Amino acid sequence: MTSKTTALPPGSFFDQQGKYKGILGWLTSTDHKRIGIMYLMCILVFFLVGVTLGGIMKLELLRPGAQYMDAQTYNGMFTVHGIIMIFMVVIPGLSAVFGNFFLPIMIGAKDVAFPRLNLFSWYLFLLGSTIAVLSQFGGNGPDTGWTFYAPYAINSKTNVSTAVLAAFVLGFSSILTGLNFIVTVHRMRAKGMTWFKMPLFPWSLYATAWIQVLATPIVGITLLMVIAERTLRIGFFDPSLGGDPILYQHLFWIYSHPAVYIMILPAMGAVTEIIPTFCQRKVFGYQAIVLSSLAIAGVGYLVWGHHMFTSGMSDFSRMAFSFLTFIVAIPSAIKVFNWIATMYKGSILIKTPFLYTISFIFQFMIGGLTGLTLGALATDIHVHDTYYVVAHFHYIVFGGMGFAFFAAIHYWFPKMFGRMYDEKLGTVAWAIVFSGFTLLYFPMFILGLRGMPRRYFDYLPEYSSGHFISSIGAFVLIIGIILMVYNLVKAARTGELAPANPWNGRTLEWKVASPPPLENFDHDVEVTEHPYDYE
Amino acid sequence: MEQNHSTTHEHRDDTGSKLGMWIFIFTELLLFGGLFLVYAVFRAKYFEDFHIAAHQLNVFIGAVNTLLLLISSMTIAMSITAIQKNHKKFALLLLSITFFLAFIFLVNKYFEWGLKIHHHLYPGSDLVLTLTHGEIMFFGLYFFMTGLHAIHIIVGMTLIGYVMVQVKNDRINSGNFQHLENAGLYWHLVDLIWIFLFPLLYLIT
Repeated sequence: MTSKTTALPPGSFFDQQGKYKGILGWLTSTDHKRIGIMYLMCILVFFLVGVTLGGIMKLELLRPGAQYMDAQTYNGMFTVHGIIMIFMVVIPGLSAVFGNFFLPIMIGAKDVAFPRLNLFSWYLFLLGSTIAVLSQFGGNGPDTGWTFYAPYAINSKTNVSTAVLAAFVLGFSSILTGLNFIVTVHRMRAKGMTWFKMPLFPWSLYATAWIQVLATPIVGITLLMVIAERTLRIGFFDPSLGGDPILYQHLFWIYSHPAVYIMILPAMGAVTEIIPTFCQRKVFGYQAIVLSSLAIAGVGYLVWGHHMFTSGMSDFSRMAFSFLTFIVAIPSAIKVFNWIATMYKGSILIKTPFLYTISFIFQFMIGGLTGLTLGALATDIHVHDTYYVVAHFHYIVFGGMGFAFFAAIHYWFPKMFGRMYDEKLGTVAWAIVFSGFTLLYFPMFILGLRGMPRRYFDYLPEYSSGHFISSIGAFVLIIGIILMVYNLVKAARTGELAPANPWNGRTLEWKVASPPPLENFDHDVEVTEHPYDYE
Repeated sequence: MEQNHSTTHEHRDDTGSKLGMWIFIFTELLLFGGLFLVYAVFRAKYFEDFHIAAHQLNVFIGAVNTLLLLISSMTIAMSITAIQKNHKKFALLLLSITFFLAFIFLVNKYFEWGLKIHHHLYPGSDLVLTLTHGEIMFFGLYFFMTGLHAIHIIVGMTLIGYVMVQVKNDRINSGNFQHLENAGLYWHLVDLIWIFLFPLLYLIT
């Protein structure tokens, strides 16, 4: 096969430009496309590490009792798994990879507003990730869970400060990316691209960027306070010094709930691009999708208390937070209705990106509806801190954001790398990933309803069949992921050359060559039509 | 705002640059907003202890520092006008004054903190740990808030130093002064936060 590989056409951004060659040419490049690909490489590596840690946990949970590790190792394991997956994979995820690569192209710009700041954000991301990895070495890795709850995070003898510092640096990187995107959307749109002619992926990035900018500083200062407590004994969150651990939870979730929307909004945006293309149909309810993105960003800011229904809050606060949680389900459901309505009477082409997209919708609905069970005050008392919660957020974060990422990487792969992946292998990998996912996480709902608490390395015998099925699912899922990554890596090296518009899309990125030239467009772009004007 | 898009190839967008700076300032306000929230919670909870502990702070030095920052905000604003009117030397003088005032602020802060530490009034000291919960919290907040603010003063001084070099090299001139304006915006933010810190920590007794 390799002998038949043809070289990419000249003139793309892959060609060496500037004064440095090879890897240095990448590390010093302020081209948004190169930065997007550098994020992709880092995130892929961290994702595989996170998957490996998750796989080891499932291996431990295959049978009751201690198999391969003690409880403390397991605590460290789920903490690192959480830190890597949340802060280094899903929060940057779609917005750093596809946002960087496609936001400027889709709005007809040459680059983001602040290209050097963009490269700086990537270096901060790398620095934060390095610190997070270092927290595992020299002494014990942190064992607090990714939430760093006080007062345990204050007293734990493990490397909590290092991990918290890592989260702070990663947050700073996220803020700067968000800032860059807001200014880009405001100032860099092509001539004729009014706000309501902007494609929906940039819209979702715009809504996300505001959450990144407005919510992240709160967790930033909270994490600094945790570090100060550990080093200086200030006692903000330590009850023995008069502090208040509930206050920590509030400050933490004021960011960390909106963070869920930082993850899911760009995922929704990507899916909203894929569906019209693969149905060859104008997106249904364009304005409703835009407004629901903004509504999710706005209301999502006000629901953090639902993480704390059992922590101690006044009844009125609990009711208000529960009510707002139900309200935020409405714009999410509007999106689902719009996606389905877009498919109606479309000429649907079922290829790998579309398969991931429909499984995204399926899993996102399960994740969203079970979220309402958790948002209701009475049922939450029953299932709080059980596997039901674990299943719920994995359905949202992995089944939602993760699957949308897989859909997006297959959808935009020809544009990013200029080559096609193997469709048949891609479909097989999807089938394995989807079955593995369902087998892994669905039993957790049942385990949770029957009372299995989360974050335990051992369990009672009555939970063993559920855990066994779940662990088998984990191994199936890992096989599927390996197959998918293999398919993509192979395609990037030796795949067939991709045409400029393999899926017959209408947005601007399909009007430039694959891969795009260095400054995206040869001439200034002028937009006259709506982004989804299919016949 | 007139269109600054020149016909040359170089891309420059002053409005975008200013927008970016304002958004960054929002994030800084929210960063301190988290601290103000914590302050509000503990002030409500330990009203009397805060009242007693605040007497330990030196209102005179605090007031002098407030005055220094207010004047420095004025001088940096004046330097922007000076650049707009092509008075390069005067602008440099005004920026040097701003820088100097910021430095004096830090010197005062050094002596203020030094005295507190000399009296064993710092977070985690044996003396502080014997105090009431509210007093522990007050001194914790005092050092944390003024410490974080001092870091921002240093960042601001770095920015002022940077724009001074740029003014000197004529990179900042009457036709291109957005970097100076952004540095000014940042410095006003540093000033503004102190305007809130001063009454909250020193004056409400």
